[in-house]
Parts: sequence; C-alpha cells; structure tokens
Amino acid sequence: MNKSITIQVCMGTGGMAAGGSEVLDAFESLMREKNIPAEFKKECSMHKVGCRGLCARDVLVDVIADNRRTIYQYIKPEMVERIVDEHIVGGNPVSEWQVDEDYHKFHEKQVKVVLSDCGNIDPEDINAYMAVDGYKAVEKVFASMTPEEVIDMIKKSGLRGRGGAGFPTGVKWEACRKAEAGQKYIICNADEGDPGAFMDRAVIEGNPHAVIEGMIIGAYAIGASKGYVYIRAEYPLAVERLKKAINVSRERGFLGKNIFGKGFDFDIKIKLGAGAFVCGEETALIASIEGQRGMPRAKPPFPVHRGLWGKPTVINNVETLANIPYIIKKGHEWFSSYGTEKSKGTKVFALTGKIKNSGLIEVPMGITLREIIYDIGGGIENEKALKAVQTGGPSGGCITTGMLDINMDYESLAKVGSIVGSGGMIVLDEDDCMVNVAKYFLQFTQSESCGKCVPCRIGTKRLLEIMDRITKGAGRQGDIELLEKLSNDIKAASLCGLGQTAPNPVLSTIKYFREEYEAHLQGKCPAKACNELLTYHIIEEFCKGCGACLRACPAGAITGEKKKPHTIAPEICIKCGACFDVCKFKAVGKE
Amino acid sequence: MGMKKLKVTIDGKTIEVPENTTVLDAARMLDIQIPTLCHHPKLTPFGGCRLCIVEIKGIPRPVTSCTTPASDGMEVTTSSPQMEDLRKTVLELILSDHPNDCMVCEKAGDCTLQELAYFYGIRENRFAGERRIYEKKDGNPFLERDMEKCILCGRCVKVCDEVQGVGAIDFTYRGFKSKICPPYEKDLNCEFCGQCVAVCPTGALTGKQWSLRGRQKDIKEIDTICPYCGTGCNITLHVRRNDVVRITSREDTWNEGWLCVKGRFGYKFINSPDRLKKPLIRITPKKDTGNRGYGDTEKNFTHSPIHPFTVSSNFREVSWNEALDYIAERLNDIKSKHGADAIGGLSSARCTNEENYLFQKFMRAAVGTNNVDHCARL
Repeated sequence: MNKSITIQVCMGTGGMAAGGSEVLDAFESLMREKNIPAEFKKECSMHKVGCRGLCARDVLVDVIADNRRTIYQYIKPEMVERIVDEHIVGGNPVSEWQVDEDYHKFHEKQVKVVLSDCGNIDPEDINAYMAVDGYKAVEKVFASMTPEEVIDMIKKSGLRGRGGAGFPTGVKWEACRKAEAGQKYIICNADEGDPGAFMDRAVIEGNPHAVIEGMIIGAYAIGASKGYVYIRAEYPLAVERLKKAINVSRERGFLGKNIFGKGFDFDIKIKLGAGAFVCGEETALIASIEGQRGMPRAKPPFPVHRGLWGKPTVINNVETLANIPYIIKKGHEWFSSYGTEKSKGTKVFALTGKIKNSGLIEVPMGITLREIIYDIGGGIENEKALKAVQTGGPSGGCITTGMLDINMDYESLAKVGSIVGSGGMIVLDEDDCMVNVAKYFLQFTQSESCGKCVPCRIGTKRLLEIMDRITKGAGRQGDIELLEKLSNDIKAASLCGLGQTAPNPVLSTIKYFREEYEAHLQGKCPAKACNELLTYHIIEEFCKGCGACLRACPAGAITGEKKKPHTIAPEICIKCGACFDVCKFKAVGKE
Repeated sequence: MGMKKLKVTIDGKTIEVPENTTVLDAARMLDIQIPTLCHHPKLTPFGGCRLCIVEIKGIPRPVTSCTTPASDGMEVTTSSPQMEDLRKTVLELILSDHPNDCMVCEKAGDCTLQELAYFYGIRENRFAGERRIYEKKDGNPFLERDMEKCILCGRCVKVCDEVQGVGAIDFTYRGFKSKICPPYEKDLNCEFCGQCVAVCPTGALTGKQWSLRGRQKDIKEIDTICPYCGTGCNITLHVRRNDVVRITSREDTWNEGWLCVKGRFGYKFINSPDRLKKPLIRITPKKDTGNRGYGDTEKNFTHSPIHPFTVSSNFREVSWNEALDYIAERLNDIKSKHGADAIGGLSSARCTNEENYLFQKFMRAAVGTNNVDHCARL
C-alpha cells in the first residue's frame, strides 16, 4: 500500500489547451468522491506544473506513489478514473498509457538548469519554489555578497544574453553598475516574438519566481530600485502567473521597501506589450514602456548609460534572468562546466517543424545538431529526409544536412551564417522549398518592421517582391544577385537588429541552396512546393477512375468516366492541390 | 567650470567640439557635407533616413552621424565607395516608393529629395515595385497632404510634438504600410500652424494656397515682420510678380523659423480688394431720417461733417494729412468742451511695443488723460 501520492498535471499553455485543467479537476473530484486520502491514510497532493517540454504528448500526468514516478501521456478527463482505480487504489500503473521509450530519449541528453524546476513545481505556489531552494540565492547574495562580487560571479560564469545577441551578462551589469545616476532600472524582456519560439513563455508559466529572483539579484548588482517585466499581452497565462508571483513575493517581503530586511528597496511592475515583434529590440521596448510608439533608436548611447526615462538600464531576457539564481546557488564553476569555451551553460531551444518529438528542450551549449535532431527529436516525421534546420527564427539562417555535426553555440552558428537567436529551431524536410521558407520569414519581418528606417521599411518590401516573383515563376535573370546586393545593403544600413538581420534567411538560403533559386528562375520548384510553378496531371496507369479527384476539384478542371483514367484540363486548373491530397492511388502527379 | 572639449577627426580634419555634439554637427562645423533627409537642426535626432551614415574607427558597422555623439579621439570617415553605395541604395529605395512627379510638384526646385536624386544620379531604379497609394483628404483650407510623397522622415511628427506641443499626428501601421496620420486616420483637425509644412523635406506637405502660384525659382524673398500680433515674428514673404504667394520664416531669427496659422497662412488680405489703403472720412447724410431721442445733437457737433448717430456707408477718400488734421481738430474740440478725461484710447495687440509705448505717451502727454488701454489686456 502506497503511503504518499503526488499527482502533477502539466498545465502550461500547451497542457491547458489539451485539457489540463479538466484533467486536474477530474483527479480532484474523483479522489474526493472515493475519499482516497482518508481511506488509504495517504499523504496526497495534486497540483499543476509548468511545461514539461514535450507538449505534443499533453496532457502529461505524473503520478508519484512512494517516490516512484509514473508518467502518463495523452491523458483525457475520462481516462482519469481508471488511473485512480488501478494505479492509485490498486497499485498497478496503467501500462498502455505510460510514456514510451521516445519520451525518455527526448530527455536523456538534455541538461536542465533554467527548466530544472519547471514542470516539477506548482508555479503558483511560492512554497513549492522555496521547497526547491527558491529565494536561497537572493538570501545568499544579501547575506554575504557585495554587488561587485555578484557581478564578478556572473562574469566568471560566462553567462551570455539568451535573447539573441549573446552579450555577456556580467559585463552589461558592470557597465550599468558603474554608470552614475540616482535612479536605475532593470527590465526583464519577455517580449518573445520569434515565430516558433516559446521558451520564455514556458519559463514564466512554469517557474515565475526564478525570474523574479533573478531580477532581484540583478537589481542589487546594478543598484536599481525599480524593475519592469515587459511581456506581451498574448501570453495571458504567463501574465497571470507572474502577477500572482509578484504579489505573493511582495507579501513575503521579497519585493518592496527594505527587502529581506537589508535596507534595499526593489519592486517590479508588469508592462503589457501589444505584440509588436520590434519591441523585443531593447530601445523600442524602452520607448514602449515610456508610452511612445515602439520604435528603436540608434545606439550609442546604450541603455546601460541612457535607458528607460534616460536613466541607466539593464535589459535581460527571461531565460538569462532565470539562470541567475542557479548560478549563485551552485557557483560559476558548476555553470561554466557546461558548454564550450566561449558559450557557457545551457540553452533552451524550441524544437519545431518536421520533427517527431517537437517541444521545448534544454541542452548544454555546444551539443551537436545531429544529437538534437536524432537523439532528442527522434528524427524526421513520416520517414522523410531532413533538408535543413532554420535556427534563430526570422533573424537567423539555415543549417544544412552537411553541417549536422556543428556545435550549437554562438560562435559556430555565426560562422555558418546563422545565429542562436532566442532559440527557435525549425526542422525542414524534403518537401520544403527553401525559397519559400525564406520568403515566409521575410513576410514576417517586413510586416513587423516599425517603418522608421528606409532600408528595413522599403528594402525588405523590395526583397519580398523579388522573392515573390521568383516563387511565382516570374523571376528575372540577375534577381539572385540583386537579392544578395540588396540584402547586404539592408544589413549594413538598417537602424536596429530587426533590419540588420531580416535578410539573413535570404542570404543563407542563397548560400546553401543557390541551385533551388536557379531552378525557380528556370520555372521549376525542386521541392514541388511553389504552386505557381507546378502543373498537375493524372498518371493513367495508376488512376482507377474512382472520381474522388473530380469531386474534390473546386474549379471543375477534372473530367473522366467512372473506372476510366481521368484528365485534368491545365487551363482550368487553379493548382490548389485538392486532387493530389485526395487521391489514394498516387495517380495525381505534380511537376 | 569649463566645458569639456572633445577632439574629433573627420575626413582627416581635426576639430574641438563641446560635449554632446553629434558627429554630424562636428562635420558641419568643418564644412564637410553629409547628406540628410530626416535630420532637422531644431528637432531631436531621428536616424531614420540612413543617409548620414559614416564610418567610425572601432565601430564595426556604419552609424548615423546625426544620432552619434562625438567622443574624444574619434576618427570618422564620411565618404567612401561603400558609404556612397549604401546611400545610393537608400535613395533608390526611397524613390522606388515615391510618385516621382517632380514635373508637376509644388516643391520641385526646393526639394531635398530631388536634390539628392540629382547628386546621386538616380535615373533607373533597380528596386522599382509597389508604391503606396493614398486618397487625399483634407477638409481644411490650409494644409495639403500628399502622403504618397511622404518619406516618413518623422520631422512633422516631431515638430508637432516637440515644438508645437500638439501631437496631432504620429506614425501608424508597420512595415511598408507605415504612414503618418492623425489618430484613427481621421482628417486633420489641429491648429493648422503649418510647422509640419515648414519642416517637410519633400512635397508631401504644402500649403493649399500655394498651389500653382509659382515655384521657388521665380520667387523673390522679402524679410519683414508679421503684422498680426505683438510677438513680432520674423517672416519672409515669397513674392512672385508683386504677389505674395507664400510666407515662411528663417531658422536664424529669434522665432527660430516657427510661425502660427495666422502668420503663415493669413496673408490673403494683402491683395484683397477690400483692403483699406487710404484713410476714409465718413460723409454726413444730407437729411436726417428722424428723431432718435438723443437730444439736440446738431447743436453739439456743429462742425462735424458726420451725424454721430447716423450710420452712413458713404466715405470720402482723403489724404493722411487731412485725416490727421481732422482727428486733431476733433480731439481738441472734445478736450476744450469736456476736458481731456472725456477722451479714452484703446490700442492694439497687433502694434509693436514701440507703437504701443508711443500711443500711451500720446494719450498722457499730448491729450492729457490716463484713459488708455490695450485690447490684449482683456
């Protein structure tokens, strides 16, 4: 008979969307109904936890019975009763609902620092955080460290900004510490805007107190009495949990006047962003907090000298700040034992695209791409061939199959024309057209350009127009060279990081997939993804004359008698691909 | 306490500048030309047009000279094949989203964008593509906004906010669709001071009354003082064939080139047929139309050519001498019959301080009364 039972239900945004709160409700009502804690004299607790990484398998439920953890996947409310009856009451885990080998392989090569408590503790319970040594780092700092010692430790740890640029955090803090001013600020940048990146959201949803603790330590180090978390309003759950966490921290005296009784004042305000990508750029973010339109300004002066309201300001990304308490607690030697010579520690990546196990992963810097794709990610979906991996989102570049053994760190990725960025990692397979992929990212950056500077506002529009005509078969001779020329000029002349990196997907796909661009100029899309360049036809020997394509065709382009091969009239065909998708006999060809 | 001086070298020439001087200002002190579009000396730096980019030793990428503060020992290169090439790309990009209708543009000949296109020899455009198309909507009689010509330099936004303190317009939308407009894209409803027109480097913002009245090359500029109020702003009349077609103000005047709606746009009176150019004296009607109950007025004003309580629209044009004599005679009359305090004087806010001083002096010393006041005191 089990003496204790803990039930953890994954309730990040992914878990909630899959029905996490209904699952937790089901556990709570069934356990009450069956009077389990009393009947079996068990220590019983049920709570939500943050993201576990493998969101595709949600709702994930952990049942810990006498320290033995059983992990269930794809749990729905109606499945809860059987778990309660067989596992909790009967003591026999429901084996067919448990996670498989893949789940364990997904976690095997990961090293969790930032995410170490995320997914294990109730993010809305400060006691849960304190039970895993939460707020011990800030206690240690106040008890025994000067601000200079804190900065020194962060410098020695080698921690670099996780938001994209990879600037050494300790150096940034030191510059701000040295800036003379009556008022300083620390800002947590939670304006995660890259398409396909969701690590900051997961960290705040899963362990908001770690971010708050990191901010308190940063504030102490630089001498700031006020902090802001700039977070997008599209992250309602993260905002709600952060709000709760800030309020309860304030009640405990961790925020406010004379915190921890050490004569140091520090408090945090939340500022909601309206979701503009450019507000992730620090000067635009500052403008937005000040109530201005989110538009970047030229640097220098840098925010550490002239930032929010003209005062010295440190802006750190969520993941960067969440690393701080762990570095303080475990020491810089421990932290820098992970990673490569110049990129220390771990990095959270959002692994998405055509990969079997998509989700959030935390790996030591310097791990190879091959390990991420094949060991953690479990390889490519549907037995397709890997084509490339886009890292760094719309500001990054692609890495090809020939470079799978590249180390995932700042320097190595920069060398091949990509970036770590905020950690987006989109896996592409043989069906993806690289020209089209680059065009997609360009569409994003163009529509998110703030409009302030000419190269970004008009330049990316012109790039997009050229890309668009190439994918539509209207490309002109010299377009590839024109793309390169314009891309390089935009990079050199743009005001902020958005424009300076926006052409990266174009340049990197031209660099590694130039032949695909050339094929488009010849009117062919090798990946068969660009509709305007395709023609659909019926392969007679495979066609059974079932009529499925005929019924599916919205343009009436397909004719044919029953049980005889059909035909597609190319002049009527609108190339929507409906016939291709619906044919069970692979009798529709596209070229 | 002496200001800290910074030694900056630009294109091989060295200059000492005070702290907080921008690289652009330092270059201009050295008479080194750097092209700009969004920069305006009276407004905060913007850094949007990217034309003023320069290379600074030790900084890996080009930076805008208008936003970068000079620092001691800085070495700047303003022109290099790469810089000029980037400027050309930027200009081509701007012109790829511009109507390029200089032939019919009000601003032609006085347009910074046109000048730059000329100097950079931009004829063919490698980047020709979609252009923003907007409908014009301006119900007001002063400002003409042709937003297709707008290059989003932001000067109008900043002058409205920083100088006028109004904030009637701002950037809206993002990406290629970015535009400058009033809130909710409504029609402009502001003070119509026209400061935005004054700082616009293209033909996007012009005065409605200027339209088809003559371009800058035919204009004779005449400096004068605004007649409207006692502030006395310096204005410059733009005159074509003895006709004022436009009013501007120079930046090096005490009003720094800023004007209000009246000073900038209220000049139609100059050539108005209703304008009084000579003194008029009202003619007394031949016959009184009846007793109005005010007593024996004829007896009191025997010398008067005008019946005081009769509204007459008949005037006689007279010389200044005759008019002044007439006024003097009447004032003396009143003074001798009723004393100086029967007379009061009210002067105008449109007069200069000197004129107002003279007026009160006249009332006190010549007429002999303290009954003097001024309309602006209300």
